[in-house]
Amino acid sequence: MSDVTIPQPTRPWQRKRQDVVRSAVSIGAVGVLSLVIVLFTGFAGVDGWAVTVFLVSVLLIIVRGRKMSVKERGNAKVQLFITAAALLAFAPWISIFGSVLVKGIVGLKLNFVTSDMRTTVPDDELNLGGALHAMLGSLLMVVMATAITLPLGILSGVYLTEIKGRFTFLVRFVIQSMSGVPSIVAGLFVFTTYVSATHGPTAFGGSLALGILMLPTVARTSEEVLKLVPDDLRSASLALGARQWRTTLMVVLPTVRSGLITAAILGVARVIGETAPLLLTAGSNTAFWFNPLKGPIASLPIYVFGMLQIGTEYAVNRAWTGALVLMLTVFALFFTARKLGGKDKR
Amino acid sequence: MSNTSAVLDTPEQAFAGLETRDAHAWFGKHHALSSVSLRFPAKSVTGLIGPSGCGKSTYLRLLNRMHEFIPNSAMAGEVLLHGVDIYGESVDPAAIRLKIGMVFQKPNPFPAMTIRENVISGLKLAHIKIDNEDDLVEKCLNRAGLWKEVKDRLDASGGSLSGGQQQRLCIARSLAVEPEVLLMDEPCSALDPGSTLRIEETIKELAEKITVVIVTHNMQQASRVSDYCAFFLSDGGPGVLVEADQTRKMFTNPTDTRTADYVQGKFG
Amino acid sequence: MNIVAPIKREMHVVHSRGDKVFRGIVTAGALTSLVILGLIGSFLFARGAQVFSQYGLKFITGTNWSSSMEEGIPSEFGMGPMLVGTIVVSLIALLFAVPMSIAGALYIEFYATGRVRKIMSGLLDLAAAIPSLIFGLWGIQIFTNFGQRWASFLGNRLGFVPIFNTISDNYGRSPFVAGCVLAAMVVPITTSVAREVYSRTPRELIDTCYALGGSKWGAIKTVVLPFGKSGVVGGAMLGLGRALGETVAVYLVLNLNFRYTFRILESEGGNVASLIATRFGESSSEELTALVAAGFVLFLLTLSVNMVASAIVAKTTRS
Repeated sequence: MSDVTIPQPTRPWQRKRQDVVRSAVSIGAVGVLSLVIVLFTGFAGVDGWAVTVFLVSVLLIIVRGRKMSVKERGNAKVQLFITAAALLAFAPWISIFGSVLVKGIVGLKLNFVTSDMRTTVPDDELNLGGALHAMLGSLLMVVMATAITLPLGILSGVYLTEIKGRFTFLVRFVIQSMSGVPSIVAGLFVFTTYVSATHGPTAFGGSLALGILMLPTVARTSEEVLKLVPDDLRSASLALGARQWRTTLMVVLPTVRSGLITAAILGVARVIGETAPLLLTAGSNTAFWFNPLKGPIASLPIYVFGMLQIGTEYAVNRAWTGALVLMLTVFALFFTARKLGGKDKR
Repeated sequence: MSNTSAVLDTPEQAFAGLETRDAHAWFGKHHALSSVSLRFPAKSVTGLIGPSGCGKSTYLRLLNRMHEFIPNSAMAGEVLLHGVDIYGESVDPAAIRLKIGMVFQKPNPFPAMTIRENVISGLKLAHIKIDNEDDLVEKCLNRAGLWKEVKDRLDASGGSLSGGQQQRLCIARSLAVEPEVLLMDEPCSALDPGSTLRIEETIKELAEKITVVIVTHNMQQASRVSDYCAFFLSDGGPGVLVEADQTRKMFTNPTDTRTADYVQGKFG
Repeated sequence: MNIVAPIKREMHVVHSRGDKVFRGIVTAGALTSLVILGLIGSFLFARGAQVFSQYGLKFITGTNWSSSMEEGIPSEFGMGPMLVGTIVVSLIALLFAVPMSIAGALYIEFYATGRVRKIMSGLLDLAAAIPSLIFGLWGIQIFTNFGQRWASFLGNRLGFVPIFNTISDNYGRSPFVAGCVLAAMVVPITTSVAREVYSRTPRELIDTCYALGGSKWGAIKTVVLPFGKSGVVGGAMLGLGRALGETVAVYLVLNLNFRYTFRILESEGGNVASLIATRFGESSSEELTALVAAGFVLFLLTLSVNMVASAIVAKTTRS
């Protein structure tokens, strides 16, 4: 019996060195040709470059394609188009991330998070004033909105999955429909009812508008998360003699605890960047106080919006910095939700 | 395990042109197939048999270069078609797959196409011009044993057929590009016994013109349908070729005791 | 031999007191949600009905939106241009967004490998989380330069086409530019949905295409695109729903103007949401009611689009 010598595993289908070299040469050729064309015709800016590179690449495929079969040529052309369109789709976001970072970090000094705009004018230099009031305002309104919405949303989810009473269809239908409410319409509703009745924008009004937008999201996510709990779990608990309320509180809900927290976080992440409804219900301010019923209140989105409207150089800088803080907050929330989402015990 | 190679063609039975020399396959670090050397006889049915998990399907996928679609896969050795290594540098894998076709375990006609469109889909994908579409469709469906049942509803959706009919449609589809070899990966395991028998008849008819290599874990099927058999086995390590010979001999008087044990049902 | 049919016995579920309290609380919670949300819907509907009975269909088709504070001069409220503006801007957005989304989804799913794929996937998820305000900020501060250039290119070279015809030379704050910004906003949603659908294409169908000797594009064209068709449509409708209700981004980019116009390169236009945002501040109670009615119309529009979208998405997940 002879021992088999095991050869080295190979991947003959992978790109070889000469393929890589050939690609590099092609890319280089495209680059050089594009440079020449841009200098010649004066196509401006990033988009001018992009269009030139694209057209030159098409030319290259047509020239090289004479050696390829119809099928391969079509494949290569399509690959180019898809890659170009995909890059085009991603370009705005990369531009947004980049510009918010670059333009926002200029104003991100310590005073930005420690002081407010009571004594500063937007046109002052960036080491004066800040957005503390806006951040606290957003925080206050979001906390209030969550305090109202989270219990209601979870209860609705529990009703739909555990109790399934007479109103199930109606509740689900209304929740589904209202999740499509445009944010401005929600703000308008609170404006014409609560705010008009109490004469003016308040933090509480703002939190009502945000709550209207959060409630369908929290309710639907809660229902989905609860639906994922297998019925065997409930059956096992009931078979042990536990009552329904015990089953729900001690078996079902703890199982989906992180899912429910995720629902809350996603709801918050959605409304924390909302501008339009707050425009109508909370107004804006240069300072912050804790009383939610007393007068208008600043919030981070309104801060950014307001600074942008003013339009002078320093004001716009402040707007970018506010946008940076807002974006970082939203991303932090999403990362937390993502990490929690994987922690449910099944 | 020893290094077995088998030459199934004989002076009486011509060589199909397809052979592997010392073929290995890996999935990542896992060595799945070790040193398989086999020469396939032409215009016949060769069955690849053995317990599940011994690398038969992996070996099949080496033959038409489908193995490389699995991430982190690797191979070694040679797979030769008419003397040319199909893993060679200048070889176009798509062209190989036109000559070596494959039918999969689960019948999978293209759901968005009619029966007629399904049959010619291979030619459309390969950008091959079709001279007479109707003739070609009828010819392929006839060879697959499906023509009589569907000739009046060629424009019905591919998914409207029963499981056995769908699989025969897949066979017709593979035949349309006129391969020399047809690989079949447990084509009947998802079908009922009636459909299975009909497809086995079709396979035997096909073997009059082309070479068929069929993976099956059903020994009775192997003895019904195949002219030659290759027995694969794994002892926890990579799968190896234990023995390959004419089917009758493998089942009545095998050389290796492991083969004897397997065909007598002592394991697997 | 007669077999007597068995007599069915009634089975009651009797809840313990604890359970009754529990069920009561939960039902109360659900009903509160129902009431709150239903209240909004009925409020919108009531105001809407009120305004429609007063102004009739002219509310939708009329072009004049003027609030009159004086006695004797009636106010006229016609939201036509705004409604058309909403639809025009959203359609422009969809026109750009859908092809880019399909390409983006195909690229991530079938062309990108390893690390590139993970990075793009992560970018996609992050992009879906960007608040619309930031899109508006980016739109007015950075994108307008590009958008202006492209709009002027279209206007100069293709100006003979009616929708590209312009009177003025100021292309910056046009529905075209607003549509582009909205497109950037919609693309994350539609790309995520498209990618989700494409990733569920049965692997064997794709393998079969390769086994028949096809190329990657052949496999995509034959199997992936038909398979994902309805899912992509559903995703597009979701994106459309978002675009229709968008306020801030359009408000920042567009000059509000009350004229029916299909000239998308002209610096005028508007949408219903920015109408509300602009006029709510100093409006009379009469105008306020009209604004609510306009909001109701917008709500109906987004609601129907979202319902169609959910129906389509539900159908694809079921199959």
